[in-house]
Amino acid sequence: MSAVVGAPARTVGAVAPDTRPPLRRPRVRKAKLALGSYTTLLMLYLVSPILLMILYGFNDIPGERQMPRFWGFTLDWYRNVFADPSLNEAVRNSIVVALASAAIATPLGATLGLVLGRYVFRGRAAVNFLIFIGIAIPEIVLGSSLLSLYIEVRAPLGLFTILLSHVAFSIPFVAVTVRARVAGMDRSLEDAAQDLYATPVMAFWKVTFPLILPGILAGYMLSFVLSLDDFVISNFVSGQVQTFPIWVYGATRIGLPPTVNVFGTILFVAGVLLALLTAFGRRREA
Amino acid sequence: MATTVVSRKAARPHGISARRRRAAYALLTPGGIWLVVFFVGSVLVMGYMSLKSGGLLSGGFRFTWSFGNYVDALAGRQMFFLRSVVYAGATTLGTVLLGYPAAYWIAFYGGRFKSALLFMILLPYFVSFVIRTVQWKFILADNGILLGTLKDLGLLPEHFRVLSTWIAVIGGLVYNYLPFAALPLYVAIERIDRAVVEGAYDLYATPAQAFTKVIFPLSMPGVFAATLLTFVPATGDYVEAEILGGPTTRMIGNIIQTEYLTRGRYPVAAALSMVLMFGMVVLTSLYAKLIGTEDETVAAAVGA
Repeated sequence: MSAVVGAPARTVGAVAPDTRPPLRRPRVRKAKLALGSYTTLLMLYLVSPILLMILYGFNDIPGERQMPRFWGFTLDWYRNVFADPSLNEAVRNSIVVALASAAIATPLGATLGLVLGRYVFRGRAAVNFLIFIGIAIPEIVLGSSLLSLYIEVRAPLGLFTILLSHVAFSIPFVAVTVRARVAGMDRSLEDAAQDLYATPVMAFWKVTFPLILPGILAGYMLSFVLSLDDFVISNFVSGQVQTFPIWVYGATRIGLPPTVNVFGTILFVAGVLLALLTAFGRRREA
Repeated sequence: MATTVVSRKAARPHGISARRRRAAYALLTPGGIWLVVFFVGSVLVMGYMSLKSGGLLSGGFRFTWSFGNYVDALAGRQMFFLRSVVYAGATTLGTVLLGYPAAYWIAFYGGRFKSALLFMILLPYFVSFVIRTVQWKFILADNGILLGTLKDLGLLPEHFRVLSTWIAVIGGLVYNYLPFAALPLYVAIERIDRAVVEGAYDLYATPAQAFTKVIFPLSMPGVFAATLLTFVPATGDYVEAEILGGPTTRMIGNIIQTEYLTRGRYPVAAALSMVLMFGMVVLTSLYAKLIGTEDETVAAAVGA
């Protein structure tokens, strides 16, 4: 159909070039509308499990295990959200590890990103490659090799090995985030600072650092979320300790209690609010 | 793209003094050491472990150059490797086909809502992926919200099921990796110079021609990144196969996980993991050679 519409446009265009753009418009608008509707549907598909998770946190089921049917509305699961000590501990472990690993991985990754975005030096390709591998390696390969390492050096498996592993897989993500920010930065500002007799250290803290700070914050958030969500690697290196995803995975066989949905919903809302606050804060800064 | 920008700047005469170079290496050290120990070191240790022999209960494992572990590991396991590659390939195709139009629309017509729309695409990442996958188990349950309704309407036969089949596993994989593919696609499409597209139209290209001859080729770095970021992790994934699948959909990840964590046959498990890793390296480098995109572009697409 579009070919038929297109044909006259081309002939007219060939004769009188000035009339070309307006004649092309309707078809673009149609494509735009179709793509827009498609994207809306896709987003609906992407959020449907999340909506279901939130809804089922209010499910008034008979018994303790979630079933694929909505029985009625209740706030009981919110009231008794801390009823299961093992689940509480798993959630606490997840939050502690996520905070600690993001705090460690952010400076380590940010310095890598800063140097890579900034300097050409011998070994740069190797470092870039290492970071690429860190992002592209299948989680199961990383998880199993980390477990091999801990077994070999007889490190007791637990929160500490989970933390070491989370820092490791977060560093590459922080590094690429900061590197992208540094690469897009206007170097002349820093040069100007030095022309105005700022020492390199002063120029860094007064000019460069504030400019790349959004990248660093994004890297921090990313590593926090990656750590909180990680299952595969944690499952390999955790020993008997459970994090939230490990607890949920273990419970899927017997059925999930709706308190999992409640925790999931709380973490979801907190994460979204935090992301929105960061975004708005950044906009005000700009 | 990033390479040229960086090297041009760094090549400026006052760019790198010896002092700055020392500072650069000093800054690289802590993060670099961490990566070398936990990525390179751990893989080397796993390679070492894959050549041990013995048993967990019979006095532990000793290093004996037991290359036989690789034979043991692979015997009868080809099917699982093959299935993982096929599932991951289907997943990759699915995520790119589903993600591209949306990424295109956001990049070209998103206007000032671009960030908000992108945020919507990334929303699933605010929920633990184990929970997301379990929700699909509810949605796809034999008499659940979706299939139950369709069966009540007489649109599906009573015995029809999705759970425990490849449909559920690949569907779950596509769902979980879609945002991962959409993001680099968006970044690549967003970077396309609009003037080039306008130029195609000025030269009488039809929209279809403009897309196939200009837009799509220019978005190739994004397609490359998206396929890599989906295919490689999806091949090793076992959570969807475990939660949504059944005995006929077990992937290589399920086998590695069981050998390591349930059966404690570390050398064989390590051998399987090594094979998976080398397989991925070979496949991705072949692919990279075929498509011919630099790592740098991919990384930039991932990072931005």
